[in-house]
Amino acid sequence: MLHGPAVEIGKDESIPKKTRLGLIMFIIYMIVYAGFVFIGMTFPKAMGTQIILGLNLAFLYGMGLILLAGIMGLVYNHACTRYENKLNQGDQK
Amino acid sequence: MIYQVSPIAIVIFLIFVASVLGLSFFFARKAKSASGYYAAGGQIHWAVNGIAFAGDYLSAASFLGICGMIAFYGYDGFLYSIGYLAGWVVALFVVAEPLKRMGKYTFADALDAKFNSRGIKLTAAISTLVVSIFYLIPQMVGAGALVTPLLGLPHWVGVLIVGSVVILIVATAGMTSTTYVQFIKGALLICFSLAIVIFLLNKGLKKTPNDDYHRFITLPVTVAGGTVTEVADGTYRIAGQHQEKGLTFVKLEKAGIPSWWKLTADESAPALEETLSIVVEKSGETLYNGAPKEARKFFQVGHLSKIVVDGKEVEATGPVGPFEYIKRIEDAEIVRFSKTAFSFRGEAVTLYHQTPTSGKEIMKPGLYYKLDKGSTFWSRLDFLSLMLALFLGTSALPHILIRYYTVPSQRAARKSTIVAIASIGFFYILTLYMGTGAMINGCLDVQDSNMSAPLLAKTFGITLFSIISAIAFATILGTVSGLIVAASGAVAHDLMDKYLKIEMTEKAKVRAGRLAAVAVGIVAIVLGIIFEGQNVNFLVGLAFAIAASANLPAIFMLLFWKKTTARGIAWAISVGMVASLAIILLSPTMFEIYGLPPAQAPIPLRNPGIISIPLGFITLIAASLLTKKKRTQES
Repeated sequence: MLHGPAVEIGKDESIPKKTRLGLIMFIIYMIVYAGFVFIGMTFPKAMGTQIILGLNLAFLYGMGLILLAGIMGLVYNHACTRYENKLNQGDQK
Repeated sequence: MIYQVSPIAIVIFLIFVASVLGLSFFFARKAKSASGYYAAGGQIHWAVNGIAFAGDYLSAASFLGICGMIAFYGYDGFLYSIGYLAGWVVALFVVAEPLKRMGKYTFADALDAKFNSRGIKLTAAISTLVVSIFYLIPQMVGAGALVTPLLGLPHWVGVLIVGSVVILIVATAGMTSTTYVQFIKGALLICFSLAIVIFLLNKGLKKTPNDDYHRFITLPVTVAGGTVTEVADGTYRIAGQHQEKGLTFVKLEKAGIPSWWKLTADESAPALEETLSIVVEKSGETLYNGAPKEARKFFQVGHLSKIVVDGKEVEATGPVGPFEYIKRIEDAEIVRFSKTAFSFRGEAVTLYHQTPTSGKEIMKPGLYYKLDKGSTFWSRLDFLSLMLALFLGTSALPHILIRYYTVPSQRAARKSTIVAIASIGFFYILTLYMGTGAMINGCLDVQDSNMSAPLLAKTFGITLFSIISAIAFATILGTVSGLIVAASGAVAHDLMDKYLKIEMTEKAKVRAGRLAAVAVGIVAIVLGIIFEGQNVNFLVGLAFAIAASANLPAIFMLLFWKKTTARGIAWAISVGMVASLAIILLSPTMFEIYGLPPAQAPIPLRNPGIISIPLGFITLIAASLLTKKKRTQES
């Protein structure tokens, strides 16, 4: 009895699509995040360049990464919910 | 620093702790089974669970540590906010749903769902225990730091209070209780942090932070051949001079009271700048700015020396918007306080001297992690290592992972994570404002960066300070509760029940979990007292690095590489854990703690992730391929 999940999970036909989407979105975010780290390591002066409204690249990129995480999360959830509704025909709670 | 204790702070604190305990006992009735104790019966609503995630995650490191690091080092502290939040993307896109499908109560369950291997049970349980304990230490240290200004109690009492209350909470209630405590606390923390930022923006930037702020004086002097020979103000007598790291410090005496000053770099008009000093005399007595601690002469600091609006220097900006605030900071000059320590005629002298820093330097990386001026290959690699561990560490933290099992479905796990990302992301944006706000509002305790955010709140009134300190204390209570549940699960469920196969009834399992919680709690109290004064963020970074090195390769490869074997997982966890621990123990930071020269550290990295995380992946791949081959040959 100890090797199953804590609650019963119904059969989910949308798993392959969700997994693929998750990996694609993970890679996109990782590239944007890596860009931030790369600029910090190799062009640190560029981080202080004022870009817009007198705000520098470090602030805009950092805030952008935080906001991007939220936006991509919402897009991912919307797409996954659609896959589940379509492929499971309302199986999932 | 000596703080004045406020009765209102004590009352609010006691109300909070009583409320938390009351809530825990109320929900304790629901924890009659193992499922109820470890996973809240899997029936927590996703929105509640999402905010509880935030409550778990926004620990002492986030509220106290990050704000403090920003207050002392500017944008480099904000790197932690970015990295901690980015880690949630890995959790959402890669880990959340598969783990929900695989697991039951603990991280070890999830890993073992496919193999039923004793090796995995043992290594995953040990890894959970190690990461949880390393994560517990900074929480306890943070608790100790908080009680000093809040209740006027020594550090060890704070640690003892948190430890005892949490043991009581966890030993009586379990995951349902901790979830609701985390939910309330997470929501309150975000709301009141927002309140601080609104007050801060409404106040704007001022060169004189408040009416009580210390007026730093400068004394014109005569210098001959690099030596200060005369002070223009004849009431001061020169008592000595010392060179350290290219800076000249001068000891003066006035009416028998000693003080330390820094010689300015301007050779055309040499002058001495006031410093804050802590001197341990030959007799063993410690003087704070030349007087015993009780004399309260050791003041709080942090101010702006230049504010520019539309190209003109001004004294204050008045209320500003969130973007204008950042722009004004970038254009301003801020006086930070750098630490220099040395021995002088048998006295141990620690000075905190004024370091005017351009806002442009403060608002980009480089003050703590050297990337530009004074950078080396290793300092840049250290930055990369930190960002890697933060990115990959979140989804490998056991106390975060177990929260996926408290919701009823994969969809709820996903939605919980999105609520967590939104609320945690919003809070992390606030940290940049709170940290820089503490830096310029004359509230820094130079001895303890961890207190920056609560002390900023204090500048807006004792009530806000009391509430935010009580919430911070509850934050620690909640985080420690979650960690102890995870650690007790590792001992009672993974080790006793599944590895050692001790026959137990459901009731006995819950009792074993509670006993394990008490034991882990006691260990945490002891370590929290031992690690007093250590940097909270450094200690949390340690836990992240160990989690990312030991757990993430196992989780990631199990989900995405079909050739992964049980032995591969067990070896990867062991090697990742041992390697990250070894690198940390041999790092320059630990050498400083040992009292050895940091330059002698064999590995010049403060963050181990860049070595230990790839090592974990390589070990898993190699061990899996080797054991797969062996199995094929045998068959």
